[in-house]
Amino acid sequence: MTRVVVITSGKGGVGKTTTSAAFSSGLALRGYKTAVIDFDVGLRNLDLIMGCERRVVYDFVNVIHGEAKLSQALIKDKHCENLFVLPASQTRDKDALTEEGVEAVLKELEHMGFDYVICDSPAGIERGAIMALTFADEAIVTTNPEVSSVRDSDRILGILQSKSRRAAEGREAVKEHLLITRYAPKRVEDGEMLSYKDVQELLRVPLIGVIPESEAVLQASNQGTPAIHLKGTDASEAYLDVVARFLGEDRPLRFVNYDKPGIIKRLFGGK
Amino acid sequence: MSLLSLIFGEKKKTAAVAKERLQLIIAREHSGTYPGPDFLPALQQELIEVISKYVQVNPQDIKVQLEKQDNFEILEVNIVLPEHPHETDVVK
Repeated sequence: MTRVVVITSGKGGVGKTTTSAAFSSGLALRGYKTAVIDFDVGLRNLDLIMGCERRVVYDFVNVIHGEAKLSQALIKDKHCENLFVLPASQTRDKDALTEEGVEAVLKELEHMGFDYVICDSPAGIERGAIMALTFADEAIVTTNPEVSSVRDSDRILGILQSKSRRAAEGREAVKEHLLITRYAPKRVEDGEMLSYKDVQELLRVPLIGVIPESEAVLQASNQGTPAIHLKGTDASEAYLDVVARFLGEDRPLRFVNYDKPGIIKRLFGGK
Repeated sequence: MSLLSLIFGEKKKTAAVAKERLQLIIAREHSGTYPGPDFLPALQQELIEVISKYVQVNPQDIKVQLEKQDNFEILEVNIVLPEHPHETDVVK
């Protein structure tokens, strides 16, 4: 059985694509055959974050319209053996995504033996975003500890509970996970930023992880390498933890507490 | 710092303000009455009908509105009785 996981948020710029790239790579590193689909038709970026932008020939919309075979459009990831990227179309508009078309592609991926399909949702609550979550079995709601992001996440949770196939057919609800990104423990300690506990209390969704605000994320996107591959960095470690928790392992939260720099460090600088 | 803040009263941390605002707006959006109950126009219409049975009122002189203050909502009905000796009479 293929599990379909949507990475969603409502608000833009919170880290959906960064998370989609890192999370799908993490699953593939664990040996699962994984596909990651960009649903942001017209504004594709997953290809850049995954570093495969120059290898895009056919896209998701071409496959839906029967202009290309799925196997022609899937791009094999350069870092992971079991990972494939299905890019969005850059020229069409989001109405090119039809429910039947998306469903057919997901069915075919299942026939091809994929364990996981990760749907990278566009921002907003329009067609692309709805299509990305319609067939989801699980959802990772990416949220920044900031008012507009939390409110939009709450909104998207409501949409998941009403518009997903699972909801429409009265099946078991989509399994929701909360992922907090761009977390700055020092600002939380100073009372300048909502804590992960605050956000969880507001949204009432089980927490799957906290990704700290990290220089590694920009370094990763600069190179087209998913952040999970930047070994030893806080973002990479935090994403590895997220994947482990998703697979049912118990991992304590890391990177959520602020360690005051010691006197030596303060005197001599350093980060 | 703590002594000073004790004396002058510490300003509320912005994260706490954010949480409070979000609690309110999320609760409100979940209540199903956001942005406001849809019975207000009907209520206004019926009030006009009832009051018109007893007093001559101008439909524009009956105002119904819902206001939110902190944790509670106030339904405010404002009826102006034009031919009354005191000219205006406000019922809240």
